[in-house]
Amino acid sequence: MTDRVEISLQVNGVRHSLSIRPWRTLLEVLREELALTGTKRSCGEGQCGACTVLVDGNAVNACMYLALEALGRDVRTIEGPAQGDAALDAIQRSFVDKGAVQCGFCTPGMVMATRALLQDNPLPDEDAIREALVGHLCRCTGYVQIVEAIQDAAAKLAGCAERAHE
Amino acid sequence: MSEERYGDYDVIGRPMPKKDGLHKASGRAQYADDIAMPGMLHGKLLRSPHPHARILNIDAARALALPGVRAVVTGRDFPGIHYGNLPQTRDYLPLALDKVRYIGEEVAAVAAVDEDTAEEALERIEVEYEPLPAVFDMDEALQPGAPQLHGASPGNVSARSAYHFGDVDAALRLAAHVREDLFETQPVKQGMLEPHACVGLWEQPGKATLWACKMSPYVVWRQLAMGLGMALGDVRVVQTYVGGGFSGGKQEAMPMDFCAVVLSRRTGRPVKFVHTMDEVLTIGHMRHPMRIRLRTGTDREGRILAQDCYLLANGGAYSSIGGFSIFLAGAMINLPYRVPNMRYQAQRIYTNNGFCGALRGHTVVQICYARESQLERIAEDLAIDPVALRLRNAVQPGEVTPNGFRVGTFAFRECIEKVVEASGWRAKRGSLPAFRGIGLGCGAHLSGARLMGHSASVAEIRVQEDGTVYLSTGSTDVGQGVETAMAMIAAEVLGVGVDDIRCTRVDTESTPVDPGTFGSRVTLFTGNAVKRAAQEARAQLARIAADKLGVDAADLAFRRHEIFSRSNPKLRMGLKEAVRWGAFQLGQMVTGRGVYAAGDEKIDFRTGYGNLSPAYNPSACVAEVEVEPETGRVTLLGFWGADDSGFPINPLAVRGQVIGAAVMSIGHALFENLVRVQGQVMNPSLRDYKMPLATDLPKLGNFHHYNIVTEDPEGPFGAKEAGQGAGTGVVAALAYAIRDATGLPMNRLPLSPQNILLALMRARDAQGEAG
Repeated sequence: MTDRVEISLQVNGVRHSLSIRPWRTLLEVLREELALTGTKRSCGEGQCGACTVLVDGNAVNACMYLALEALGRDVRTIEGPAQGDAALDAIQRSFVDKGAVQCGFCTPGMVMATRALLQDNPLPDEDAIREALVGHLCRCTGYVQIVEAIQDAAAKLAGCAERAHE
Repeated sequence: MSEERYGDYDVIGRPMPKKDGLHKASGRAQYADDIAMPGMLHGKLLRSPHPHARILNIDAARALALPGVRAVVTGRDFPGIHYGNLPQTRDYLPLALDKVRYIGEEVAAVAAVDEDTAEEALERIEVEYEPLPAVFDMDEALQPGAPQLHGASPGNVSARSAYHFGDVDAALRLAAHVREDLFETQPVKQGMLEPHACVGLWEQPGKATLWACKMSPYVVWRQLAMGLGMALGDVRVVQTYVGGGFSGGKQEAMPMDFCAVVLSRRTGRPVKFVHTMDEVLTIGHMRHPMRIRLRTGTDREGRILAQDCYLLANGGAYSSIGGFSIFLAGAMINLPYRVPNMRYQAQRIYTNNGFCGALRGHTVVQICYARESQLERIAEDLAIDPVALRLRNAVQPGEVTPNGFRVGTFAFRECIEKVVEASGWRAKRGSLPAFRGIGLGCGAHLSGARLMGHSASVAEIRVQEDGTVYLSTGSTDVGQGVETAMAMIAAEVLGVGVDDIRCTRVDTESTPVDPGTFGSRVTLFTGNAVKRAAQEARAQLARIAADKLGVDAADLAFRRHEIFSRSNPKLRMGLKEAVRWGAFQLGQMVTGRGVYAAGDEKIDFRTGYGNLSPAYNPSACVAEVEVEPETGRVTLLGFWGADDSGFPINPLAVRGQVIGAAVMSIGHALFENLVRVQGQVMNPSLRDYKMPLATDLPKLGNFHHYNIVTEDPEGPFGAKEAGQGAGTGVVAALAYAIRDATGLPMNRLPLSPQNILLALMRARDAQGEAG
């Protein structure tokens, strides 16, 4: 069909050749073309953060980001790379252990936002954590256990980094 | 009674990460919108642009001509059977037939190869409407000559509730102090992040299957069968992961559910529907906006002698569960304070707005806001300490209320004392700087309602030869952690680990029938059923092990995958060995079945009398705020809550529930408001419908919640509800904190910057005039 474009998209370290309509968002392409449904569709207008993924390490709302914009970039989703991502695993574990997961619909987005935050700021204070969550809605938890989970993940990852340097 | 006491248990009472937590946190949990099936089509709903209109004709020819469109259905494609919750309030149709009653009501549905095509097809469906006069305001709807919404409900009264205990008029005559206040509350949305979604599949010769994110899949099952005119046995509902519910559309069958199934019948393909957030916020199901006129008489010490309540609820265009909603508000006037004489008169009014139903806290939140706010004024009028006034009126454990609530454990005094102490109330009250304030709010809730219809829960257990346990219930985990709590109960009884318990999600073809997840019933009702099922399985295992070990079955204990004699612990065998011995040598399968019925106590909805719930839980909280006088903006500086949730099966989940409930009520108090002009929702997006963000809340050091642990004899291991009660007193605490900061009467919600600013300006003007 003439309204389609051929693109190559790198997601979680794997390159995919796709034929998409140019107006498709990254969220739609991830979910519908690549069956990566861990990235959630909620408000569709960049308010809730449920669709947060990393593009070149930056947290973006995949619902507000055209798939075409991701050409030549490194896209990371909640599913993570096949070989694993220790930081992602640690953050997910902290979210579970600290009770930060209830219905779980906001969780993938929150986890990805945390991944980006801790990359830039390995030991954020509480204000920095809350600021990083300002584009994310959670209706279940009241955020308390999410903030605690991020603190826990930061402490664990910082501990690992310290040990690695020794 | 203590704050932290885990008892002598192996599993329960200790913080336990959710069983499905990692599945969710790693993106592997499949929610309804994540389902993809071969050949699946995508559905979209056409909605009424009119608040009230007759449908004269629907022409779908141009839509059907669009390439990629497979089918269009209208109300004529259904049997025209009304469905709903209560027999007397069945007013829903799968799609509108002759008339639409609010902006957003579903009139047609299309199935197409993708969502874009389905969306485009909607624009090509031509509906001829004859607009009718519409009514949005409750008072106007009650006027003679007002537009009428439903022929079967003349005068636009959707439901009534009225009852009287004691003699209110006589008690008010004797009261030393009588005060009357009017409170108004706003429409608030459930606000779950997962929009409603479903996949319908029609299989020959005539079976409908629906995969959907439902809190009460068996309610959906019955409503689907009713509205489709099908036998229950031909309808199957399969529950997916649920991305938040908070009641509303996930409690019931919605137009999308019916249309998915019928469009699948038309096309021979599975059909998926997913609402956009715009649709979620536009359509029905929201908290009832109310006008509550409350008159309270007390003696000189502030003892409540009588309360007289007149309540109007703007129900919108349809009933939902509204008949129960207005009954409940009045019933809960009886807790957590002793009201020896009370009269309640309430009407739920039909208007041409999106309809209202249940939402976390149901109507208890509104009535607590009104009652608590008024108690504070009474304390001011009589110059009584508001804490003392509450303690003086507190219902005590073991009391029977005038409307027949048989209260068991009820640590209300402890809740109040805890938050007063933790917040530093005594030091702060009256000595905070200008525009800072502190307020107290209290409430109570049920642990499940005894309804006239289906109340009982069932659990089935099968212990397998590898020592794992298959646990099946009809309850749903909507994020609150039911699966983990139920697994903990079963694991505790059987002496295994939580990871050994394999839980089912509801499939109406295989799981036991259950009323669903609402009214904070699951921990108590299903929890008791699970405990009994596990006890039955354990008794079977004990008989097998007793036979093998040559000991008395009553002497056997179950711990950590082993069965051993208490008197001679050397006599022991592995749990799985016992299962195998039973299955291989004795031909016995180890299965347990447990039931918890609500008992034969019934509520008389006409008189209002009856023991509505097996257990009741009180809560209290203190909020400290700062108001910015230039902007009206409120900063919540601190929050301290306490809740008697009985014995916490999983303290980690209980903490999440009580904090979540409190924060939802903070949103209700401070910003949330579905703004409607002539029936049109003006803020149907999460940008404009404001819910609390992480930055709107106090920091961890100033945000505390305390569980006062009691052991209720009705609850499994003493557990009561945790998901709703903690939110009931929060709105009042904030309203009073803002009043304390500004001196303004906060009789109208939300306590938003514009409302506060307006009130401040009016107060300044009034002062200027007086000066």
